[in-house]
Amino acid sequence: MKKNQLMEKVIHGIFLVLGLITVGCVLLITIYLVISGIPAIREIGLVDFLFGKQWASTATEPKYGILPFILTSIYGTAGAIVIGVPVGFMTAVYLSKMASPKVKSVIQSAVSLLAGIPSVVYGLVGMLVLVPGIRKIFNVPDGASLLAAIIVLAIMILPSIIKMSITALDAVPKEYEDASLALGATPIETYFRVSVPAAKSGIAAAVVLGVGRAIGEAMAVMMVAGNVPNMPDSLFQSVRFLTTAVSSEMAYSSGLQRQALFSIALVLFMFIMLTGATLNFFLKRERE
Amino acid sequence: MLNRSLSKKRRGYEVLMKALMLLSVGLTAALVLFLLVYVLIEGIPNITWELISTKPSYLTGHIGILPDILNTVCIVIATLLIVLPLGVGAAIYLTEYASNKKVVGIIEYAAETLSGIPSIIYGLVGMLLFSNNMGTSLMAGACTLVIMNLPTIMRTTQESLKTVPQSYREGAFGLGAGKWRVVRTVVLPGCVDGVITGCILSVGRILGESAALLFTAGFAHTMLTFPTGMKSPGATLTVALYVYAKEQGEFGVAFAIAAILMVLTVIINFAATAVQKHFEKRKNI
Amino acid sequence: MSNVINVKDMCLWYGEHQAIKNVNIEIPEKSITAFIGPSGCGKSTFLKTLNRMNDLIPGVKITGDIRYEGTDIFAKDIDVNNLRKEIGMVFQKPNPFPMSIYDNIAYGPRTHGITKKTELDEIVENSLKRAAIWDEVKDRLKKNALGLSGGQQQRLCIARALAVDPKVLLMDEPTSALDPISTSRIEELVLDLKETYTIVMVTHNMQQAVRVSDYTAFFLLGELVEFGRTEDIFSQPQDKRTEDYITGRFG
Repeated sequence: MKKNQLMEKVIHGIFLVLGLITVGCVLLITIYLVISGIPAIREIGLVDFLFGKQWASTATEPKYGILPFILTSIYGTAGAIVIGVPVGFMTAVYLSKMASPKVKSVIQSAVSLLAGIPSVVYGLVGMLVLVPGIRKIFNVPDGASLLAAIIVLAIMILPSIIKMSITALDAVPKEYEDASLALGATPIETYFRVSVPAAKSGIAAAVVLGVGRAIGEAMAVMMVAGNVPNMPDSLFQSVRFLTTAVSSEMAYSSGLQRQALFSIALVLFMFIMLTGATLNFFLKRERE
Repeated sequence: MLNRSLSKKRRGYEVLMKALMLLSVGLTAALVLFLLVYVLIEGIPNITWELISTKPSYLTGHIGILPDILNTVCIVIATLLIVLPLGVGAAIYLTEYASNKKVVGIIEYAAETLSGIPSIIYGLVGMLLFSNNMGTSLMAGACTLVIMNLPTIMRTTQESLKTVPQSYREGAFGLGAGKWRVVRTVVLPGCVDGVITGCILSVGRILGESAALLFTAGFAHTMLTFPTGMKSPGATLTVALYVYAKEQGEFGVAFAIAAILMVLTVIINFAATAVQKHFEKRKNI
Repeated sequence: MSNVINVKDMCLWYGEHQAIKNVNIEIPEKSITAFIGPSGCGKSTFLKTLNRMNDLIPGVKITGDIRYEGTDIFAKDIDVNNLRKEIGMVFQKPNPFPMSIYDNIAYGPRTHGITKKTELDEIVENSLKRAAIWDEVKDRLKKNALGLSGGQQQRLCIARALAVDPKVLLMDEPTSALDPISTSRIEELVLDLKETYTIVMVTHNMQQAVRVSDYTAFFLLGELVEFGRTEDIFSQPQDKRTEDYITGRFG
């Protein structure tokens, strides 16, 4: 009997350890990023690092200012949201409220497919369709630009926005919609003036989720944005994002340059944590 | 009075909103269709038996993706072998053992956080954590992917465990079974569907992953054998696509790989839906 | 006294199932008509046909003739949104929108094109006053309506329905989700409202029908069994089935 009890305790312990692995991973990732990210920031100086306008890591007098990357990531994400959110939101309203069950299920599986396509495939198609297209249409020397990245990101965040908005809209009690119809509002007026406001926390969460996806995307952006550390002064500028800044020099970097890349990753991580916290805030409100 | 139709303003609003919705749905559907058709049209003609059955050679300039296919299979198997016990175990702890709500909250929060971290960060941390210790290798890549896929397996398993009726557990306990026996005989069989769904989703994610693998598993195209080859670096299909497109300008090969990935993505999507439907049907009986 | 709504030979099917059979009824103006009957007898379905809220359910087929002030409500050139503005509705479960009290009341008028602030303010105040809830909420018009009690929410919903200036008010068991005190406040309110509006009310509670209604219609299995003045229906029902029901022999 005692042996049995001992075994139960051991097994309980094993499962506890397994359960805590995720917590361990999060801590490990955080600690590693902080430890490896801090030294370069200390050496370069926080202000020079964050607000320096020039990144020239391989120059004889290297400059490590990541403002171009930060601004590019912010502009790129904002652009993707400006394009992706209206399209995703309108699609979600249609699918949740107006589409027949058949149309809804077909389009929803198409959206899942969109979510499952690897980012390098987006990058590849972007490289060969979007980039030359932008060059021709806008008559610019190089189509690999902030605009190309924005369009690719907008497409890539569509599935998250559509799926999450549909979930929120589907959960709106039918009673609200009935009340609005009974007051003489048309179905479309009802969806946009009652259902959407009632689902606003969930839709806000969808937008934040999209922000997280866009900030964190690396490979597709790497392939279409031109990857030059310019300040993002125009839509047609070749630019480098926080994510691509990390990956593009990692292979051949060393010393302070390498440490600076870790610092960039730390900054990116902060952005992601911030969006994560915002997302949680909205999700909690949605549940209430 | 009643037959007065809607005011111009209201009718305009109706028409506008409906048009915007249809436009958006149309755009979304057209995008998916375009991507699918374009990639397949560009890619399928480039898929030859030679391409998928040989290895590349720098001497002759020949390109073959067999090593990349094998690497992908190896990495998928290795990742699943490690992540399954961890993820399922964590899910069982959360639903069966954990009594402290705070602990559950912390673990679930950690899992959510993990699923929000972008793959480039995983790549970097994987490089520091695994590649620096065991060398850039398939194994280091697989370990990185394990952390990435942990939340997925945990979540799907947890969801299926929640559908195991409490009365089953009570019944087993009533017969004097110990906790571990109940978990082994009643709870574990109940989470098969969650585990399968989780596996399918994870395979999809591993197939699509590139940023997390570049610096952990590397991009070598040499032929490796399982499991000894796990210690050597190697590119998966997705990483190979990136390298061929971005570094070498071999767009034909890149599209061939993209078409293969696209078909696999479609299959995985259908499989995931089919499995979910299958188990839902069984649950309703 | 004239009739606002005239129904002739109305039938309704949910797919193959006939839920309402050949109903003929004339609803008198500025009075309270109660629909009573056991659950599933079709009284709520019938009520919702009067402002065409059943149109939304897939597979519903309606035949017969329903006239509101002489106009066929199913005629092609009828705008259903205008019909619903004329014939307001209050639901079983209080269902205020998750917005402020003010916005709840202003929702209808805004929908129908009123945007001027002063005009809206006036409508909001009047509607809340007519629904006897103004004094309770005038200091927190900007607060979320979901913070009100169940009874207050239901009176808010009545005020919301009044704000679009309807002629008829359909009420689908408006007090079934409320406590007795809130119920009696709503009943008082309904009695006041019949000075201005025609009220049709579905109720499960026969005491309520006796307390408030002028006319009573008894439904059974989709048929309108008997319709008449409330005191007649309850004191000397003509039909055996009505008698059985009101004396509690079934239901």
